Amino acid sequence: MDKTYYNPEDLKKFGNVSDFQEKLGKKFFDYYGAVFEEGALTAREKSLIALAVAHAVQCPYCIDAYTEDTLEKGCSEEQMMEAVHVATAIRGGASLVHGVQMMNKVDKLSM
Amino acid sequence: MKSLIAQSHSLSDPAVQLDVINNHTEKIKSFDKFEDKLENIGLHPLKPTGIEIFQINVGYMCNMTCKHCHVDAGPDRKEIMTKETLQQCLGALKDSDIDTVDLTGGAPEMNPHFRWFVDEVSKLGKHIIVRSNLTILDTRKFEDLPKFMADRGVEITCSLPFYSKRRTDIQRGEGTYDKSMKVLKLLNEIGYGKEDSGLMLNLVYNPVGAFLPGDQESLKQQYKERLWKDHGIVFNDLFTITNLPISRYLNFLVESDNLEEYMEKLITSFNPSAAMGVMCRNTISIGWDGSLYDCDFNQMLKMKTNHGAPDHIKDWDLEKLNNREIVTDQHCFGCTAGAGSSCGGAVT
Ligand code: SF4
Ligand code: SF4
Repeated sequence: MDKTYYNPEDLKKFGNVSDFQEKLGKKFFDYYGAVFEEGALTAREKSLIALAVAHAVQCPYCIDAYTEDTLEKGCSEEQMMEAVHVATAIRGGASLVHGVQMMNKVDKLSM
Repeated sequence: MKSLIAQSHSLSDPAVQLDVINNHTEKIKSFDKFEDKLENIGLHPLKPTGIEIFQINVGYMCNMTCKHCHVDAGPDRKEIMTKETLQQCLGALKDSDIDTVDLTGGAPEMNPHFRWFVDEVSKLGKHIIVRSNLTILDTRKFEDLPKFMADRGVEITCSLPFYSKRRTDIQRGEGTYDKSMKVLKLLNEIGYGKEDSGLMLNLVYNPVGAFLPGDQESLKQQYKERLWKDHGIVFNDLFTITNLPISRYLNFLVESDNLEEYMEKLITSFNPSAAMGVMCRNTISIGWDGSLYDCDFNQMLKMKTNHGAPDHIKDWDLEKLNNREIVTDQHCFGCTAGAGSSCGGAVT
């Protein structure tokens, strides 16, 4: 395989980030674990949200991890793709809504 | 699709399968050994807790050829248990207090002595489980079987790899989902899966691909909701089963280049409490020719019961079998990953 900045094997080493800063690393992973526990949202719903966010932030590690996790949690392909569309709609909408700012500025600058 | 045997595929040979899961790549060679993992938790050699389930594989013939089949079953497989061997099974059952007889295959219904045998076992007062693929009950030759089984209180446990059509048909063949829904409705109509009917209808979920099954309870709820909402179907329980890296599923793992990662995933998910509850500890598996195995997976790998225990039904000796050592290899990691996996679903 060509060398790239991303290596799928690195995902397994995620926990090693604590090696350089143990206290904060531990806090993060404790928090991370708690976030994904079954709560007011089910673990399955959280996994779908994570999959959507992974696409919004375009993290290949998280896309891999949460594709597998949503499959394991019994989500269908349709549900997974709908989650990606939610991310897309918000991402696209977030750009587009700033168009109003552009329009306001145009109005202000125009005669 | 043909069975691996009919294709003269190298993976139809159990020795080749064992070599692949032990030595396929340098990384696989370096993986922890199942025996060592057992040793570390004080569980080696693995011993039975006492045989409670008598699982008979009455033949490898099947009307389907699912992609993941660990039996490599199919219409081209002719291995079928004879009446004589079934008689020997009855003999063993008569003198024991084993109370559950679990019939599997292939499609167990296709054994020509199926009805006679179910009758004989129910006369012994044993609880019978039939592992059905559902679609077989949609054929004219077998359409009266649901009623036959209901009259004898047989528990039906059937495979439905997913609640959606797409994934079910990918694994088990085009049209499987629709036929399965039709048969499940029919089973419901005669009382199966209905509360208080006493007729148990269970579903079996297994992942359609190279990933592990998720939480059994959560999947059961999803299945219940979807099957009820989409089809008005009810059932009692759902069992999640991990695909073991043998036979046609192993072929899929190798061809899709998923073997290394899948084995690694199984091994890193090794769970000591799942290991305590593996099904070989309370089950004995009888092959179509009467050979004895610790489980249906060992049967497909031709790893017979060993270490001083009899290895054929004609030499049945419950005392010796209850005290045997179970034969294991790397495929066993499939039973001990995560929440564990057995014919009755997760074990923890
Ligand atoms: S998985 Fe079951 S239904 Fe499918 S081919 Fe194998 S024995 Fe037959
Ligand atoms: S594969 Fe068979 S022998 Fe191995 S742990 Fe599972 S049930 Fe036991």
